[in-house]
Amino acid sequence: MSGKAQALSEALAATRREGRAALIGYYPAGFPALESGIRAVTAMVEGGCDIVEIGLPHSDPVLDGPVIQTADDIALRGGIRIAGVLRTVREVHAATGVPVLCMTYWNPVDRYGPERFAAELAEAGGAGCILPDLPLEESEPWRKAAERHGLATVFVVAPSSRDARIAGITDVGSGFVYAASLMGVTGTRESVSRDAADLVRRIRATTELPVCVGLGVSNAVQASEVAAFADGVIVGSAFVRRVLDHADDEGAALRELRSLAQDLVQGVRCRT
Amino acid sequence: MPVEHFFPDPEGRVPGPGGYFGDYGGTFIPEALRAAVEEVAAEYEKAKDDPAFAAELDELLVHYTGRPSPLTEVPRFAARAGGARVFLKREDLNHTGSHKINNVLGQALLTRRMGKTRVIAETGAGQHGVATATACALFGLDCTIYMGEIDTERQALNVARMRMLGAEVVPVSSGSRTLKDAINEAFRDWVANVGHTHYLFGTVAGPHPFPTLVRDFHRVIGVEARRQIQERAGRLPDAVVACVGGGSNAIGLFHAFIPDADVRLVGCEAAGHGVESGEHAATLTAGEPGILHGSRSYVLQDEEGQITEPYSISAGLDYPGIGPEHAYLKDAGRGEYRPVTDEQAMQALRLLSRAEGIIPAIESAHALAGALDLGRELGEDGLILVNLSGRGDKDMDTAARYFGLYDGEGDAK
Repeated sequence: MSGKAQALSEALAATRREGRAALIGYYPAGFPALESGIRAVTAMVEGGCDIVEIGLPHSDPVLDGPVIQTADDIALRGGIRIAGVLRTVREVHAATGVPVLCMTYWNPVDRYGPERFAAELAEAGGAGCILPDLPLEESEPWRKAAERHGLATVFVVAPSSRDARIAGITDVGSGFVYAASLMGVTGTRESVSRDAADLVRRIRATTELPVCVGLGVSNAVQASEVAAFADGVIVGSAFVRRVLDHADDEGAALRELRSLAQDLVQGVRCRT
Repeated sequence: MPVEHFFPDPEGRVPGPGGYFGDYGGTFIPEALRAAVEEVAAEYEKAKDDPAFAAELDELLVHYTGRPSPLTEVPRFAARAGGARVFLKREDLNHTGSHKINNVLGQALLTRRMGKTRVIAETGAGQHGVATATACALFGLDCTIYMGEIDTERQALNVARMRMLGAEVVPVSSGSRTLKDAINEAFRDWVANVGHTHYLFGTVAGPHPFPTLVRDFHRVIGVEARRQIQERAGRLPDAVVACVGGGSNAIGLFHAFIPDADVRLVGCEAAGHGVESGEHAATLTAGEPGILHGSRSYVLQDEEGQITEPYSISAGLDYPGIGPEHAYLKDAGRGEYRPVTDEQAMQALRLLSRAEGIIPAIESAHALAGALDLGRELGEDGLILVNLSGRGDKDMDTAARYFGLYDGEGDAK
């Protein structure tokens, strides 16, 4: 492992040494606009996110619920392009120093060219990529490009994944394993699914990689529940929701983002 | 009783490993759906070789659907096609009014074999939704149909039919509010409810095994038509013609003719206001390889991989993707794909109605328009077989507005 992927592993090792889970925040680039999106992600880190995932918005986000669909739609109508996503990665990383991943669907990367995308993401300071509709079987061209440029490839594992398949995925994944806490799309949920702890246990039986849990986590109580068994807690829609709710007042939106991150950090520190 | 109506591909030419037709196909889906898609593939492999499955499907195809569908010669229509002989494969006369029922009955039987109690489906023109709602009524399955908001308006009759059959119809207001977005929403439902729900995919696109199993359930169209036209015309046709949106009726007709090297396979894509206008759904004419809805094929997209919004007067062809086997046939030079505009399709719709007393679906009218051009190219010795994939009842509101029939102006020739 080399490059920024190493920094991602070190960040997760550091939180583990502190006896807590990492807080990982997701936010789509270009939402509500390029510059304000960069300020939003920066505020999330100021509030306490240890790692961030920058979404590259897609016209057909089949794994996303209504909140992120709406944000992607606003970003695309606002004219976000891959250059703007890479600029967001670059500026957030430069301003905060935390590891920055990119999360998107496979077609934009396939179309741009895996080698070109990996080279430019690494050059912008990116630590890796999460491509939830790129399955293990089809991932070799991307993984080779990512390895050449020192990027981690984070795979998503679901409660429906069988043990043998989990082993195959964790064998080639790097950075961490993204455990989907439930069967469903992104969005906040009332409670954390019981499936999550069982899935993390099954993943740990196959790998030493850190395991981070996402989907449905939106508040400190849930974050602390997940932090009890995971190395990281991933929160997306709850952040995006704050900005949608304060569409006309950026100052208020940024305060809300910081405040939510602060709450969630309390959660990941106090494992229940 | 001999099984006569279910014909899984006997030669297994394609797909190859991983569900690939040449460079196209594959399984680009979220990990959460992997187990479900593998279950469908495994169940289909078992069912395909199970005589009881074939016998039950055969019984339904004969006594419920009404197969074999007739082959109708249309000489007055053909007079406008350069004097070539034109035969129509009458999938419009199937129960529910289109070819869609062939695939739906097959997958409904698979749903039951898998022990699932709920079915979801996407629909564009509503024909797949109606067929699915019909099969769910017949088999006692819960049924939810996703349909783009624009399509629920332009195909209101089919929305009412689905609800009459007991299905829940969910209008989809995201994205372009048409078929593409209905499929996105159906995938979101499936991820959340996959334990008891089967996604009854309606075309030969999507992740493996759907392009293969949907094709196999529609192969009956071409198998029947190939026999029928030899009986009626004494030879194989020069060309077989079908409209292509996702491509299910076309692959159903084409597949049995693929080994017949002298038979041209002609797919008619929706060119909307013209390919040069940018307002079209002519994926094979104007698209480029990419990934949409779980497989690699031709896709209408921009240079950064965002899917562009398609347009067609026909809800069933208004789709920015295409089944991977069509992409394969195009690149191999075996299939020819031509753009047909809204105007050409609507003129063909009116011509067939007036000349032969058959009102086709707007989708199928694209194939008829293609046949008119092809007939002029082939001349009097030509022999053309067109798949009349659906009937036009659902399109009467669109046609009435297009031709001014509500004002009485449409009486003019």
